Amino acid sequence: MSAPTTDVRARISARTIVWLQGLAGLAGFAALLEIVPRSGLVSPLYLPPFSTIVVALYKEMMSAEFWTALSDTLEAWAIGLVISVVAGVVVGIAIGSSQALRALTHSTIEFLRPIPSVALIPLAVLLFGSQIQSTLILVVYASFWQVLIQVLYGVQDVDPVARETARSYGLGTWAQIRYVIWPTALPYLMTGIRLAAAVALILAITSEVAIDTQGLGKEIADTESGGAVAAMYAYVIVAGIIGVIVNLGARALERRVLSWHPSMRLDSAGARA
Amino acid sequence: MNAAVPSLFRRIAVMLALPVALIATWWFASADSQNFYFPPLRTILQTFSKLWFSSQATQNVVPSLVRFSIGYLAAGLLGIAIGIPVGASRNLRNVLEPVLEFLRAVPPPVLVPVLILFTGLGNEMKALVIVFGCIWPVLLNTVAGVRALDEVLAEVVRSYRIRPFARFWHFILPGASPQIFTGLRQSLSIGLILMVVSEMYAAKDGIGFALVQYQRTFAIPEMWSGIIVLGIIGIGLSLIFRAFEAWILGWYHGLRQSQRAS
Repeated sequence: MSAPTTDVRARISARTIVWLQGLAGLAGFAALLEIVPRSGLVSPLYLPPFSTIVVALYKEMMSAEFWTALSDTLEAWAIGLVISVVAGVVVGIAIGSSQALRALTHSTIEFLRPIPSVALIPLAVLLFGSQIQSTLILVVYASFWQVLIQVLYGVQDVDPVARETARSYGLGTWAQIRYVIWPTALPYLMTGIRLAAAVALILAITSEVAIDTQGLGKEIADTESGGAVAAMYAYVIVAGIIGVIVNLGARALERRVLSWHPSMRLDSAGARA
Repeated sequence: MNAAVPSLFRRIAVMLALPVALIATWWFASADSQNFYFPPLRTILQTFSKLWFSSQATQNVVPSLVRFSIGYLAAGLLGIAIGIPVGASRNLRNVLEPVLEFLRAVPPPVLVPVLILFTGLGNEMKALVIVFGCIWPVLLNTVAGVRALDEVLAEVVRSYRIRPFARFWHFILPGASPQIFTGLRQSLSIGLILMVVSEMYAAKDGIGFALVQYQRTFAIPEMWSGIIVLGIIGIGLSLIFRAFEAWILGWYHGLRQSQRAS
């Protein structure tokens, strides 16, 4: 699949144009945020001009409080995500490899999964107050299901011929999990991790807004009630940037871990174009 | 395991075995519980029937559900309405995609304090929070769905000069609908989170408000019953959503199945 050089060049310049267009979109959005409050369409008391927000952001970034809040949010997010991924993988492989267990647990999983994890907020507050454990309860409950469901799909997707072959070659349980189940389930797991990473961030911020655990969400709530509107928007922008980084990071991880997988190889060779 | 189709009775037994076992464990393990935070399940259920089959239901459940429904439906309609033109135009998509990805990535609960500034503490705030949180998954999935429409079909539609409305109703909307439903499903849980959080943050009524009140006054059985109510609402909404999806997307699932079989 060797493309002629002109083709490659054309593709590169097309990509630059897409980049520039996206950049123009972002610049337009920033300009809109500048013009709307300045023109009085929306009171600057509620939405300060973009430049004011940027100045406030710079000021916040000079304070130690900003970085503590940022690291608190990221810490709760990361710990919660790791717990849910490990638990989801272990439980998923255990349930998924047994037909009987899968049938038995199906209804329970379908019942527990849609229960909104914010329902646990009062319980978490009673047990842990506004410590990090409260956040972890919410984060883990919400993202565990994302991982578990994907792992279950993945384990179910194992090629029966491969499974039988492994069995007749006398592979032990561990070897079967390592060489047959794991590679099949990995793409599903990566999807699960990508979804769980986004959900975990939402719940980490939720807990900070609703029960005052330390982090960006609490800063947003505090700056709002304290009337520091520009600083509040600065924190909102930071939360959004973290969300973008989490999404992009999860996608990059997916591409990297699955670089051997046919779906990714096809993509990188440009066969879809 | 028997290869034959299991009888209906057996299927029901398998389905109910674990839930019944779990509830029974909870019931008996908590029967003489002296732990303040974990009252006996019997007490919780008694409170539940006393509390939620009375005026509590209309006072707190109805406002929550009304706000949720308005916000969620508005977000769905807006997301589809904006997503279709954006998905159909390559330039528009290239310009707007980074902005939309950013807006989607903002964790929606931060909007609660932001929108309080604009609308105060009323119902508008809560419905708006739900709209702002739920619209992005629908919008971005609609964009992706419209973008991935079958190109041959698009050419056919163009060369037959199908009129815009018919093209929208018979080609674009059905073609993108599987993706749109993916977005709607993601939004469902986000909407539920926002409904509760906005009520916990600032409200005069609603389930989230009631839950916080119970927790602050240490009315533990009432709090547990509230948690159960929220769970039931979550399960109920997901069942309604699934039935709706099966109704609208029945043709699509049938198609997929027949393709897989062949």
